[in-house]
Amino acid sequence: MDNIIRRQFLKGRCLCLKLGMALGGGLILGFHFSPPGLSGDAKAGPEEPFAPNAFIRIGTDNSVTVIVNKSEMGQGVYTSLPMLIAEELECDWNSIRVEAAPVAPAYNHTQWGPMQGTGGSSSVLSEWDRFRKAGAVAREMLLAAAAATWKVDKAICHAENGRVRNQNGRSLTFGQLARKAAGMPIPEAVTLKDPSRFKIIGRPTRRLDTPEKTDGTGVFGIDTHVPGVLTALIARPPVFGGKVVKIDSDKAKTVPGVRDVVQVPSGVAVIADGFWPAKRALDSLEIVWDGGEGTNLSTEGMREQYRNLAETRGMIARKDGDPEGKLRGGAKLIIASYEVPFLAHALMEPLNCLVDFRGDHCDIKTGTQSQTTDRDAAARVLGLKPEQVNLKTTLLGGGFGRRANPHADFVTEAAHVAKALRKPVKVVWTREDDIRGGYYRPMWYDRIEASLDAEGNPVAWHHRIVGQSILVGTPFKGMIEKGIDVTSVEGAADMPYAIPNVLVDLHSPTIGIPVQWWRSVGHSHTAFVVESFIDELAHATGKDPYEFRMKLLENHPRHKGVLELAARNAGWGTSLPSGRARGIAVHESFGSFIAQVAEASVDDGGKVRVHKVVCAVDCGMVVNPDTVAAQMEGGIVFGLTAALYGAITFKNGRVEQSNFHNYPMLRMEEMPEVEVHMVPSAEPLGGVGEPGVPPIAPAVANAVFAATGKRIRTLPISAKELTKS
Amino acid sequence: MAKDKPQTTAVVKLKVNGKERSVDVLPDTPLLWVLRDNLGMTGTKYGCGMALCGACTILVNGRATRSCVTPVSTVAGKDITTIEGISADGLHPVQKAWIEDDVPQCGYCQPGQIMGAVALLAANNNPSDADIDNAMSGNICRCGTYQRIRRAIHRAAKTMAEGGR
Repeated sequence: MDNIIRRQFLKGRCLCLKLGMALGGGLILGFHFSPPGLSGDAKAGPEEPFAPNAFIRIGTDNSVTVIVNKSEMGQGVYTSLPMLIAEELECDWNSIRVEAAPVAPAYNHTQWGPMQGTGGSSSVLSEWDRFRKAGAVAREMLLAAAAATWKVDKAICHAENGRVRNQNGRSLTFGQLARKAAGMPIPEAVTLKDPSRFKIIGRPTRRLDTPEKTDGTGVFGIDTHVPGVLTALIARPPVFGGKVVKIDSDKAKTVPGVRDVVQVPSGVAVIADGFWPAKRALDSLEIVWDGGEGTNLSTEGMREQYRNLAETRGMIARKDGDPEGKLRGGAKLIIASYEVPFLAHALMEPLNCLVDFRGDHCDIKTGTQSQTTDRDAAARVLGLKPEQVNLKTTLLGGGFGRRANPHADFVTEAAHVAKALRKPVKVVWTREDDIRGGYYRPMWYDRIEASLDAEGNPVAWHHRIVGQSILVGTPFKGMIEKGIDVTSVEGAADMPYAIPNVLVDLHSPTIGIPVQWWRSVGHSHTAFVVESFIDELAHATGKDPYEFRMKLLENHPRHKGVLELAARNAGWGTSLPSGRARGIAVHESFGSFIAQVAEASVDDGGKVRVHKVVCAVDCGMVVNPDTVAAQMEGGIVFGLTAALYGAITFKNGRVEQSNFHNYPMLRMEEMPEVEVHMVPSAEPLGGVGEPGVPPIAPAVANAVFAATGKRIRTLPISAKELTKS
Repeated sequence: MAKDKPQTTAVVKLKVNGKERSVDVLPDTPLLWVLRDNLGMTGTKYGCGMALCGACTILVNGRATRSCVTPVSTVAGKDITTIEGISADGLHPVQKAWIEDDVPQCGYCQPGQIMGAVALLAANNNPSDADIDNAMSGNICRCGTYQRIRRAIHRAAKTMAEGGR
């Protein structure tokens, strides 16, 4: 074990002790943070004398508690991360229980600097080493304890299924060894298993969190409770940047159950005994707002502005060869522009945050992806030190990036309400608040052109991107390089096709709409543009879109591998029932390579129906194949929802959508059959939470072109456009 | 408008998962919020408040009902079943099938999905894909677990047909 890891473990250990005492636990190493599900509130756990590091506690009852520092938002980390520990620890898989980590340096992201967080499809790949080492350290200490008990050489002992055995046929359970193991020295170095010896990693493993998610006991942020907690709903300005001019709360205060109406920086909070009286009161609040300049914003106006910008040179994100020169004078020049709208995350569980502020300390319960940012923001609002704020992470009813707000928006707001109220309070967002609350995937306008030689080979490619920067003005602004927000051009600046002259440039206009990462971030639009336009080039030269890509990806074997796997399993080139056609797309994101073949048809009313999607994934080594498949299925639904329906639009500065009737989601009756195939791989791990999203929109748009001859260049797909003759 | 809405609370007697409960609330309070805020039963979820997403699905006299738009005063005395009440051990055939097929991702919509499936299977012990589409298309899953929900409903139907519980 290297020194850094060891230091982290030691720090984690001290911290466990300290926190245990702070919480009145006192018992040895028992820092009894309650499990995220199960009961949701602290209850007496088993005696757990063996806590070799910040990630594992072993009880005298043989239980193995794995403390997971990543938020479970559906992506399966409460199973895949314990799998890494179990592989090395050699415990009984059924003895594992999972607990959400508190906020502490020991749980910081291994790649993001001093902060705890979940995102960027990075959870398993960033903990791959640390979790396996944590398991191996614990195993070695259990082996040492057994060897000392038996007075034998540790080398003749081995761990297996929750027991240590020796060559003389004796065995002791981990529970029996727990007390003694706690006194063993922490090994300086451990050897990790060769992948050929994996027993758990790589095997389809059922999720550990399914029982609590099927019997109603799983605790999400919105389900949290403390005695006397009140519910707050907030009236926020109808236009971003708007201000309160006047509040009349007389009528609101007559609703039985209403406790208070207070102004907070983000709006006006109505506090009541429960959601319903708060909602009734909120609806009868009379507020005069000043919308300021925001009232001039409209989608039409922004589109006009973006189109004009796209006619001017942007900041250069990539330049190979002489793109400007080679665009002219080829045999053929093709120019197209693409547009995609703002998108809301629309988490099934609307945002919420419970704050219990007690003057010198504060408990927060919420489903967040960014614990350190949120805790520190709350501390600042409440005038506390970060360590006086205890943030407990619950299950997240969807994340998709929204719960990783760089400004800690929903936690900051709840802290303001709690500060004004001085009583425990849970702020709950309505669905309308969620859809209209901002922090959207940015709207994008892309202008793209390419020249082809006489044989139909692309000679030059110029992709100009216009859209807001997500990183500007956030603590992550350091990731902006020479003016280029990397999240604006990812998937475009690294476009893989072998074209000798390439230019990618960017405009990042400043517009008063709050934007944020949305599952797959920049890739959610660049894949649509690049993979649709490559398809346009293939068709323009009369080539098969699959063959055309394969030829231009000579130096990209992993792209080719997934393309080939998807095409083969989809029966690319074989006939389909009349009216149906296939489209293909391939895209790399978050270290993983995905190809998808969509089979679609368009009815007389212009409605697109996706019948089947064959998805091939190369995400390097696979930890839980079942999770990889689930994330591909989910990513496809997420991307398909956006392609078919998703649009947040503005008129007079106001969001025109409000709930699922005008911001629709894909439903069961529209669900295509999804098939997932994985490339066996020994490559380093890639991400899986997001990469399934980007290829689906272009795969479907390309299928629609193949079926109808109509090219989709604007999302969501418009039935009106498809019925135009 | 506010003046049309009740301004005083009233006592409502309810039968939830076989138990008599009594609450003193605004009579227009949706059953969802009575369950969650007054009875502390948080398995039933809020998703939209407009019967658009199905996260709040419960059974009223055996029928799948969106509790977010069901005023509590309209269900007094009726049999209300929530996710907490379909089995004592979390192992109703539908729940077992959900576990078997690893259906949930974030899990937030799943109590509503399960209640929808329980109601469907009570009315139709061998649903076709089209029956499943009809019964379940009112339930949104943002994580995209539809394919697994479909598979699990077929599995649960088979278990129940074989007399499993």
